[in-house]
Amino acid sequence: MAQTVFAPWEDPTEKPLIQFKNVTKRFGDFTAIDDLTQDIFEKEFFALLGPSGCGKTTMMRMLAGFEAQTEGQILIAGQDMARVPPNKRAVNMMFQSYALFPHLSVWDNIAFGLKREGKDKDKIAARVEEMLRLTRLSKFAKRKPHQISGGQRQRVALARSLAKAPKLLLLDEPLGALDKKLRQDTQFELMDIQEKTGTTFVIVTHDQEEAMTVASRVAVMDEGRIIQVSTPAQIYEAPNSVYVADFIGDVNIISGRAKPEGDKVAVRWAEHQPDIIGTTSLPFADGQEIHFAIRPEKVAISAEEPQDAANKIAGKVLDIAYLGNISTYHVELPTGHVIKAQTANTRRLSRRQITWEDPVWISWTDTAGVLLER
Amino acid sequence: MRRFLLIAVPYLWLVALFLIPFLIVLKISLSDIALARPPYMPQLDLSAGWEGIRSFFAALDFENFRFLTTDDLYWKAYLSSLQIALISTLLTLLVGYPIAYAMARSAPEWRPTLLMLVILPFWTSFLIRVYAWMGILANEGLLNQFLLWLGVINEPLTILNTNTAVYIGIVYTYLPFMILPIYSALERMDDSLLEAAEDLGCSRMSAFWLVTIPLSKNGIIAGCFLVFIPVIGEFVIPSLLGGSGTLMIGKVLWEEFFSNRDWPVASAVAVILLLILVIPIILFQRNEQKQREAEG
Repeated sequence: MAQTVFAPWEDPTEKPLIQFKNVTKRFGDFTAIDDLTQDIFEKEFFALLGPSGCGKTTMMRMLAGFEAQTEGQILIAGQDMARVPPNKRAVNMMFQSYALFPHLSVWDNIAFGLKREGKDKDKIAARVEEMLRLTRLSKFAKRKPHQISGGQRQRVALARSLAKAPKLLLLDEPLGALDKKLRQDTQFELMDIQEKTGTTFVIVTHDQEEAMTVASRVAVMDEGRIIQVSTPAQIYEAPNSVYVADFIGDVNIISGRAKPEGDKVAVRWAEHQPDIIGTTSLPFADGQEIHFAIRPEKVAISAEEPQDAANKIAGKVLDIAYLGNISTYHVELPTGHVIKAQTANTRRLSRRQITWEDPVWISWTDTAGVLLER
Repeated sequence: MRRFLLIAVPYLWLVALFLIPFLIVLKISLSDIALARPPYMPQLDLSAGWEGIRSFFAALDFENFRFLTTDDLYWKAYLSSLQIALISTLLTLLVGYPIAYAMARSAPEWRPTLLMLVILPFWTSFLIRVYAWMGILANEGLLNQFLLWLGVINEPLTILNTNTAVYIGIVYTYLPFMILPIYSALERMDDSLLEAAEDLGCSRMSAFWLVTIPLSKNGIIAGCFLVFIPVIGEFVIPSLLGGSGTLMIGKVLWEEFFSNRDWPVASAVAVILLLILVIPIILFQRNEQKQREAEG
């Protein structure tokens, strides 16, 4: 059975739910969003990822209607949102601080938006109960926000923002205040709820792990621009720039000069060292500056010289970071470069073969890394 | 032991400066007027021993309190004080809330300055400020001259020595007590709450009624009590700005004490006033406590 992959962004006939068209936002002299064009599709779980000050929160606040763009156009479901105030948008937001009304009970918090629509009481009650069930909060309906835990508050905020069944739900660092374990559980819960309700989610986060876990597509932002938009796997395996490669996960970057050899490219990176061979579809000119990026888990480490590796370099173990399930070896090359190599700890610690100061070989295949222009 | 000492300090303070004076006033209110110094009977004569104490207590009675019920001046003065206190509390709230709101919404770097400006009048003597208002509100005062100059009025308005002047004086004097608690409630409010309300379909106006007002409720209540309680016993403002028609219990008390030199009746008036005030004071304390619990 052929499984249909959810990828509306690859279908040119699909109409996007949200369209940013050459949007620029300035606060005085500061440009928060710089000529940004981006489509987001229905039922997507779209993550805006970047360091603080990259403009991701501004993008979200423009969608909610709290900020107006300086230039350009924002469309939601084909409608220009320029003059639409926040309370007239079919968009709801889950705030970073949760912004629960402290004077209202959990029940009343969730009912708040529904009551503003002037629906009749039975319908409101039914919807609130449904939301309470969805977020497993039925027991806490009568409590005030200060009488429940952080995780529960987070679920109240989610229930409240979902209660009006918005076309689009905005989540501003929704899990920032939770501890790691709870955060991971909640990430799956979020995905589950997103699937159940079929709502389009746009999430803002600075936590790359979170973005990778929940999102259908991730947009990596920096200084008001989107650097790359792609699926989490693409972002991780095929970053389009050193910035993205470095921002997502751990990476080794080696810079050098390109020397195309058929469908391969050799990277001359140091004298008296063999060229690094990589595969790319990008056209590189001879002698062009090039950056080779490889993830630590794709670098193999061994005590003996490997026989059939496309790339192998000798070095010395500088440091070992033991993380329980995996270990990261910092290997110093004769050139002074330090390369991180990661291996799963399938054996017990006491039987580890490689230790500090050991001479080792690191190796990888010719498709393990990516070659980047910038 | 150290904890006991720590608690003992405020209690000693209360006993020495509140309870003992109150007991003295209570004792005087149960005594009879006398042409003597001090002008009341009986005096405790400890040299007569046990007999002296017994005759002392035998001479005490509630006659002064009965007297207060026979003359309608007193209960009218109490009621009128309550009315003036209520109306002026409301007026202070109406003037104070927008000021507190504007302060809480202003840029953070301005807030200390604005707070300073609210507190600034306290640096001048209260009496001088009330006298200044006499100069402003008098028939040939600044306000009338200004209005005449503008051409809004043809002849001076009579404001001084009316209840209007009393309200102006009270609102002016007690405004900081209203502004400060409301400001502190509003300032603590998270702005994202208002955004959340708008996001969920509120207009700016309904967000104000549904979120801002309920969240500043404790500040409003505190401010109202802080104004209402002292205004009931207010004496200086009605006697300086008010006229013969302004009836307030503080003024009656003063006249009873200094003009009539009837200390026992004046003390009885004071005791009743205190009993009236105990109710709002308890309510105020309860509000404070509830707020503390809510913040847990």
